[in-house]
Amino acid sequence: MAIKQLSIFVENREGTLVTVTDTIAKAGVDIRAMSVADTNDFGIFRLIVTDIAKAKQALDAANAFVSITEVVAVALEDKPGSLAQVVKILADNNINIEYMYAFITVSKQFAYVVLRVEDNVVTEKILSENGVKLVTEEDMAKL
Amino acid sequence: MQKKFYQPEAETMPVNEIKKLQEYKLIRQVRYVYENVEYYRNLMDEKGIKPEDITCLEDISKLPFLSKNDLREAYPYGMLATDLKNCVRIHSTSGTTGKRVVAFYTQNDVDMWEDCCARAIVAAGGDKGDVVQVAYGYGLFTGGAGLHGGSHKVGCLTLPMSSGNTNRQIQFMTDLNATILCCTPSYAAYIGESLKEKGYQPEDNKLKAGIFGAEPWTEEMRHDIEKSLGIKAYDIYGLTESSGPGVAFECCEQNGMHINEDHFYAEIIDPDTGEVLPEGSKGELVFTSLDKEAFPLIRYRTRDITILSREKCSCGRTFIRMKKPMGRSDDMMIIRGVNVFPSQIEAVLLNLGYAPNYQILVDRVNNTDTFEIHVEMLPEDFSDTPKHITKKEKKIQAAMKEMLGINPTIRLVAPKSIARSEGKAVRVIDNRKKIGINT
Repeated sequence: MAIKQLSIFVENREGTLVTVTDTIAKAGVDIRAMSVADTNDFGIFRLIVTDIAKAKQALDAANAFVSITEVVAVALEDKPGSLAQVVKILADNNINIEYMYAFITVSKQFAYVVLRVEDNVVTEKILSENGVKLVTEEDMAKL
Repeated sequence: MQKKFYQPEAETMPVNEIKKLQEYKLIRQVRYVYENVEYYRNLMDEKGIKPEDITCLEDISKLPFLSKNDLREAYPYGMLATDLKNCVRIHSTSGTTGKRVVAFYTQNDVDMWEDCCARAIVAAGGDKGDVVQVAYGYGLFTGGAGLHGGSHKVGCLTLPMSSGNTNRQIQFMTDLNATILCCTPSYAAYIGESLKEKGYQPEDNKLKAGIFGAEPWTEEMRHDIEKSLGIKAYDIYGLTESSGPGVAFECCEQNGMHINEDHFYAEIIDPDTGEVLPEGSKGELVFTSLDKEAFPLIRYRTRDITILSREKCSCGRTFIRMKKPMGRSDDMMIIRGVNVFPSQIEAVLLNLGYAPNYQILVDRVNNTDTFEIHVEMLPEDFSDTPKHITKKEKKIQAAMKEMLGINPTIRLVAPKSIARSEGKAVRVIDNRKKIGINT
């Protein structure tokens, strides 16, 4: 059920981000969502893309350093309080969020939240039991 | 009146007499070594040189050199010239497996060494009544033991602090009125900084002089230390292979270090050809110990690049002076007073499963050495969070500390991001060289 996220190691140097984004662009892959984790020395560029296999292949060929992680994605109604509700469900069930990021699409019906947790299976089970709409790889590709 | 020399008869001996004494001792020492050290006898035999061929000082150029590699090969007893029963002490260089050199001392050797250190202490203004704080490391390292012994010989009150625990150093320094501080220059600078942070003024302590060595330092650093501690800072030179600190020391003129020529014969050679260079030339310093009984080295190549000067010194000493060494001809780095070889770093990385793609970056910031190692990460080192990488860096750091004794900063970098080189890899980027520090 979980969806795949691409993580790219980006050194804090001029131009590294250009190479990475350019490579993805040339592969004809669309970026759906992104977040960056940064430290003094490097950043980790995390992406949800339309075609992860294609993106990874292109990045590997460009000598970028990538890894794939599975994350949980949910679709929430785009209105005040939706996120608070999800976060509360997780907190009530002792599930820690390592990091998360969100995005919306042009339809504005849903807001999408990507969650990084320790146990995807348990988290997804709890979320669906509580009526939260999970997003699949297929859903993501159609957005 | 303040004592000027510890052993004036030696320290002010006319130059022609020094040379005569050295000649006599050299001839004697070559015979002694030939008879007692098989390793060196073989080297001489290979060159077809017999002890009888050495009849004057100039003949020394006929003799084979010894290098650190010879000492490693001869480890542990190969250079020993006397029965172990006659030895009373062992010291060792700070290197680890494969790099370690052990040196042996008879009681006479220890006495000679301590006399050399005593000369340095007196040259720095030390006498009975002084309190000498020895903040060099004690143990296998020669720094602590050498200055400790020298301080006793002079009759100073000796504070055997060893290195580290800066709060205690400062407390004892002020409570017990230390007048002379002996440690590495970077540690002296650190103590000076700590004093300032604690709100002390230079005049709040009784220190008047410092004897600093075991690592390269600049004139700028000397001025900083002198200012922060309110002292005169003197340089001291030596190697474990030659006994320890005290082979050469600075006098009140602070203009080069007087070599204890009654015990050591110094030459400057061309590091590439081995040819002896005339006085005043820049080249590699080579030492012959003239009196040592247990570990007598003949023509030992120090790898230190310097210049010797016989110019008259107004302190009254007649011993030849050497300039601060201005570089080394091998790959050893001295970082925070500790000898570090790139090969040790490589060994740690290989052991942890990393490819030998790394770079060592050394610099000096606020008089303290910075030490960073960049390592290309493995696929499993990287996932989606920075803490995963940080954890791996800490693991490498702990292994480095174990091997080197000092803590480098580890930075994992992307695979293939460290420039490959066609010939010899650029493993070390030592920016201290740019600011004129002799490394």
